[in-house]
Amino acid sequence: MLIKNILIRQWRLFLIAGLLACSGLSFASVESYQFKSPQMEAEYNQLIGELRCLVCQNQNLSGSNADLAKDLRRQTHELLMEGNSPDQIADYMVARYGDFVLYRPPLQNNTLLLWLGPFVLLLVVIVLVFVKMRKKQVLVAPDQAAMKKAKQLLSEPQEK
Amino acid sequence: MRFILPLGAFILMVGLLGFGLTLDPKKIPSPLIGKPAPEFSLNKLYAPNEMLSKKDLLGQVWVLNVWASWCVSCRAEHVFITDLASRNLVKIVGLDYKDQPEDARRWLKQFGNPYSASLMDIDGRVGIDWGVYGVPETFVIGKDGNIKYKHIGPVTKESLEEEVIPVIKALLG
Amino acid sequence: MIPEIGNFALIIALFLSVVQTVFPLAGASLGISRWVALAKPAALTQLLFVAISYACLTWAFLQHDFSVLYVASNSNTELPIIYLISGVWGAHEGSLLLWVLILALWTGAVATFSANVPPVMRARVLGVMGFVSFGFLLFILLTSNPFDRLFPAVLEGRDLNPLLQDVGLAIHPPMLYIGYVGFSVAFAFSIAALISGQVDSAWARWARPWTNIAWLFLTIGIALGSWWAYYELGWGGWWFWDPVENASFMPWLMGTALMHSLAITEKRGTFKAWTALLAIFAFSLSLLGTFLVRSGVLTSVHAFASDPDRGVFILAFLVIVVGGSLALYSWRAPSLKSAAQTNLLSREMALLFNNIFLTVATAAILLGTLYPIAIDAMGSKISVGPPYFNFVFLSITAPLGILIGIGMLIRWRKDTTQNLFSRVKYPAIAALIVAFLISLTLPQWIWSAFAGLAMSLWIGVTAVIAVHERFKGKPIMVGLRATPSGFYGMILGHIGIAVFIVGITLTSLYSQEKDLRMAPGDIYSIAGYNFQFNGVKKEDIKNYVSTRGHFTVTSQADDFRVELTPEKRIYRVQQSPMTEAAIDAGFTRDLFIALGEPLDDKGSWAIRIYYKPFIRWIWLGAIIMALGGFFAASDRRYRQESRSTKGKKLELNSGVVV
Repeated sequence: MLIKNILIRQWRLFLIAGLLACSGLSFASVESYQFKSPQMEAEYNQLIGELRCLVCQNQNLSGSNADLAKDLRRQTHELLMEGNSPDQIADYMVARYGDFVLYRPPLQNNTLLLWLGPFVLLLVVIVLVFVKMRKKQVLVAPDQAAMKKAKQLLSEPQEK
Repeated sequence: MRFILPLGAFILMVGLLGFGLTLDPKKIPSPLIGKPAPEFSLNKLYAPNEMLSKKDLLGQVWVLNVWASWCVSCRAEHVFITDLASRNLVKIVGLDYKDQPEDARRWLKQFGNPYSASLMDIDGRVGIDWGVYGVPETFVIGKDGNIKYKHIGPVTKESLEEEVIPVIKALLG
Repeated sequence: MIPEIGNFALIIALFLSVVQTVFPLAGASLGISRWVALAKPAALTQLLFVAISYACLTWAFLQHDFSVLYVASNSNTELPIIYLISGVWGAHEGSLLLWVLILALWTGAVATFSANVPPVMRARVLGVMGFVSFGFLLFILLTSNPFDRLFPAVLEGRDLNPLLQDVGLAIHPPMLYIGYVGFSVAFAFSIAALISGQVDSAWARWARPWTNIAWLFLTIGIALGSWWAYYELGWGGWWFWDPVENASFMPWLMGTALMHSLAITEKRGTFKAWTALLAIFAFSLSLLGTFLVRSGVLTSVHAFASDPDRGVFILAFLVIVVGGSLALYSWRAPSLKSAAQTNLLSREMALLFNNIFLTVATAAILLGTLYPIAIDAMGSKISVGPPYFNFVFLSITAPLGILIGIGMLIRWRKDTTQNLFSRVKYPAIAALIVAFLISLTLPQWIWSAFAGLAMSLWIGVTAVIAVHERFKGKPIMVGLRATPSGFYGMILGHIGIAVFIVGITLTSLYSQEKDLRMAPGDIYSIAGYNFQFNGVKKEDIKNYVSTRGHFTVTSQADDFRVELTPEKRIYRVQQSPMTEAAIDAGFTRDLFIALGEPLDDKGSWAIRIYYKPFIRWIWLGAIIMALGGFFAASDRRYRQESRSTKGKKLELNSGVVV
């Protein structure tokens, strides 16, 4: 029982140890990697901006100095230097860590609602507004016809 | 009629959040379950001239335990790993993650060595291939060389008896 | 002793909040004027006791009373006084007490400064706010009491998180809370209006200044957080779409929509249901933010607490307050329909579309923030980060930028396409041409930079035209005095957005960064500046060891020269490293240097250098917007009310209620 309590607390310790290393309490780590071209460097910067540090409290690889983040940055650099494309590197990471490692959620069945939802909502609401406007205009018209008729009747000389 | 939409959406959201309270956003399941274990080939800690690779372990069920001498919860887990080893069900291979051989030997001497073989992953590359993101982690690999189960965090008495051992027994047939 | 007084004062405040809720609300519905009259004294007395409680906690910090667990966890004897004071709100329990204090202050202000609001409505408003106070006070007393004791008391407390030992960050929570909590006023007014079935739009007029003030503080709070993240965290970014950041941004978006909707409802008496709903949304999102930050449901660097038990309480509270108000809305809002029609081509319509775009943008952010939970519920894990939010948010708000300009030129009630087109075409052409010319001067042509510049020029030019039209034909002094400050509020608000757009466009697209190895004497050039590294110097400071890098930065174009000294600190006690970047801030660009790691024993270091063009414009835009909010709130029309409606008050008093 006691050991179980210790373990439960240790589990948090294990996480805390990892988390403490993250940029919550310190600063982004700086490496001085060399690249084959400015384009590769730009690809590197984009990749480490979009890959997630798994042991951190919501940070990308660029902003974290956790050990795992350093290792994954090194891995990213090596893969780029070996000639892999950013997409291939993203696939590499996903194969090992799952979709969780990407800050750009892939477009797949379970993210259709995510990517399309806001636009569909916007479209639907705008269409509804226009439809409502037309309904109100349709209501107005007969009134106007009736008004005209009424005016006409009123302007006729009264009989009696 | 449309006035009730915000309330409806809110109820859905609250249901989701309520359920979310029961989840643990920090546990990341492995995408490698059911997929082949990564290839590896490393020198054994206690027999530096020999190597151990994935193909040496094909055809049997085995366990990979990722640990480190600097990891506090590994110490707490160790008694259960030793327990598992004592049941003689499967071989347990220890992967010492981001550690130094000297520290590993010292730790194993002090706390006991349940591993049939110990491998060093000094720079963490092997860990990356296995999707390791913290220590300890424990994998169960089947006869076909596929990863069948991953346990994140220290193995406890409950998880040993209720998850790890049943999985191993089921794979042994 | 003092902590006991603080705790006891909270309990008294809890009882007072019950009085403040039950009697006025019941009295308003049953027509018991003595109960209705209890609202103001109950509110002011509750404020007194919450203030006493807060003062007791502050006193415990100042006196280093480490027998109080919260004080021991968040301060020590070395901490400077300013951080003792700000440490009070540095962690979960204390920040909740600050929340409740600010709510009590807002309630007291509403109780004191609403002489022109009929007593029945005011009673309902204070009653609703009283219920919110009740919920938070109960939450504190049951789950998060800052006065809990530590036995045995320690001799020395832990340190306040070093990241929080910073003036900018210290003041960020109070600013945010004044904003979040301030939206409870508009919320309470809209609930009161829904309960009473009040068909007129007077409640919109009363709610406006409170909402503007809340909004301006929230703007400042968010800007402070962004600015702090930029100079402290060192990856050159200023917004990460972190769940907690989103938790502050969503109420801001709804607050912006609410301000616009209140304006129409006051002026034209239309969109009452929209305004009521937006008020509910804005405050609900504030409450949701409280839940997200403290329940552990989402992972965030900002998370105050990760406690599912506390989460359950807050969620239950959310269900009662938000669920209750939305249920009330679905029941009563149909009766708020106005007879007036809105033409498609009118300012009212433009404002309606403004609110639609803001609401859909907010819904998108909410979707992205909560989506990982939904996916987790279905068995897998994903992350939704800046790539998603940037794409979706910018796509939705791009049309909105165009609409802002149209909104400032289009006529109220009814405009024609011809008229509108004739007024719109010259500003549009001017914006496109000037944006084109400016884009040519930039290092490279980027289409989205051109679009961003065109958008902000469009907003700027239309604002200038709006001013011109206002003053047309009048001598300046007459025009100035005749123009209500609310108009300047609008102009400043929109110019603030334009400035903000310039900032984010140019900094996102033209920033340059480099991580590299530098040995003493090395020079690296970036964006027309030469950065020369002159080595590091080590120094022992009181509670940390400081390593400072020395850089000389010169410009290739003129004789600009500056010495920058980025620093690395290792705090002795915690052994944790902290990096202080060196920034040369400028109106048109920031130069940013950070020390990485030493690379060899010959003095080479890994260095990070950033060139960030126009990044200050982001926060400058926010400040201008906040200034606009201030002008809007200080419109003398609101202050004149009390004199002109004094006579009317008697009539409204007699007609009680339903």
